[in-house]
Amino acid sequence: MFEPLLWIIRRDLTIAMRRRSDIFTTLIFFVIVVSLFPLGIGPELETLRLIAPGIVWVGALLASMLALEQIFSADHRDGTLEQMLLTPQPVSILVIGKVLAHWLVTGLPLVVMAPLLGLQYDLSAAGLGALMVSLLLGTPALSLIGAIGAALTLGLRSGGVLLALLVLPLYIPVLIFGAGAVEATVSGLGGASHLSMLAAILVASLVLAPLATSAALRVAED
Amino acid sequence: MAEFFDMGGYALYVWGSFGATALCMIAEPLLLRGRSQQIRRRIARMVRLEQEVKHEGQA
Amino acid sequence: MASRLVNWFKFSSPATFYPLARKIAVVSTIIAVVLIAIGLYMSFFVAPTDYKQGEGYRIIFVHVPASWMSMFIYVVMAGWAALGLIFNTRLSAMMAQSLAPTGAMFAFLSLWTGSFWGKPMWGTWWVWDARITSELILLFLYLGYMALRSAIDDPRRGDRASAILLLVGVVNIPIIYYSVQWWNTLHQGSTIKFNEESSMDDTMLITMLIMTFGFWAYSIAVSMVRVRAVILERERSSSWVREQLGAET
Repeated sequence: MFEPLLWIIRRDLTIAMRRRSDIFTTLIFFVIVVSLFPLGIGPELETLRLIAPGIVWVGALLASMLALEQIFSADHRDGTLEQMLLTPQPVSILVIGKVLAHWLVTGLPLVVMAPLLGLQYDLSAAGLGALMVSLLLGTPALSLIGAIGAALTLGLRSGGVLLALLVLPLYIPVLIFGAGAVEATVSGLGGASHLSMLAAILVASLVLAPLATSAALRVAED
Repeated sequence: MAEFFDMGGYALYVWGSFGATALCMIAEPLLLRGRSQQIRRRIARMVRLEQEVKHEGQA
Repeated sequence: MASRLVNWFKFSSPATFYPLARKIAVVSTIIAVVLIAIGLYMSFFVAPTDYKQGEGYRIIFVHVPASWMSMFIYVVMAGWAALGLIFNTRLSAMMAQSLAPTGAMFAFLSLWTGSFWGKPMWGTWWVWDARITSELILLFLYLGYMALRSAIDDPRRGDRASAILLLVGVVNIPIIYYSVQWWNTLHQGSTIKFNEESSMDDTMLITMLIMTFGFWAYSIAVSMVRVRAVILERERSSSWVREQLGAET
């Protein structure tokens, strides 16, 4: 069971490494979006500190959503995906592998970058820690849930915008608990309960989302 | 009568709500009726054209 | 038992359902008109004035039924979607498809009337209250479903893809609702609350129920008319549609 999983991850990572510019596009988008808010709101640190968790989280959410389309599209275009669905391996394993590889390439950089952006908003050290942990738990869940939308809109004309419309409402719980964890930590209440909710969402989406994604992939490749 | 329409000062809110609901629930069936008639006409025209073509072929 | 099963599946064929849908539509239109007329009469002339909110509270006679219907219709659509995926019946997907615009309309009406209720009671048109926020997200889910449905040209793929989306949505709704509530209580929105239940007397409740059943019958009638349009459009090259419409002209 683990062999095909590792194989898929290694393959997707190799391909991603050949097109490194894609990784940076997502990351730069994240940085730019988060940096735009002070320009729109004003430079008062008091206000910025208050809205930092929400803004960094919404930025990460949008960035990871932008990258979603690439999970399956290249393999769909050249027919590899169709071949993969014909192999005897369970499709869920394939999906988990592809999503994990995709997260390593696009999600993990966001987690690493987030504290730097948090500093722009004068977040405390505890807040930065909570931000990283919440993103570490939250972004894989975003990728898993988003993969359903990516599979449903595979090969459609208006894919990108449609994907956003489908996926963003489903992202709301992750956003609430993710930003809430940082906020609770900053205000001294402690974000442990938020983080455990995030972990629960991650586990649930790890179990359920691949099932829906593989069903959607079969429909798309039919 | 005027008192009834005034709704104890809440006229805008009460009639705004009931009015919007009535508007939607009357407009939806009307639009739907237009759409189904359009579909029927289109298909009927298609059928007629095909039959004409067939008759011409026979003649 | 076996013959009964066969009977049910007979109606899952669009050709046999098409005339039946017309009958259901006629009956439920009559029921809807009668119930809504009674409901409107009761909401303005029978239900007493609320001692706290005055006449303004009468908005709940459309607000609450619209909210209930918007949630109920989504669940029914998900039920049709599940049936369609399990038994592979085309009609199920068409039913889900023809309920969606009505559900979205009720979600919109729920928000609209909610804000007309909130302005005099809370002083603002929009409050980020847990229920209103969840209703807004429900509207987004409806719009996403309809957008996906219309973006896919191949009807078979459209049926199944949108069915999967509906099931994903219905699994997520409780999680979304719970998280929104958590978020709302943390940000002390709880000082403002709908206090319908606390001060509800029997006539108010009965009026609300009559209106709800009226809206229910309305939804059935509209979705039956719409499913007939969808069937005609999807089956336009089949011989029974051609006979039916060829005879009419």
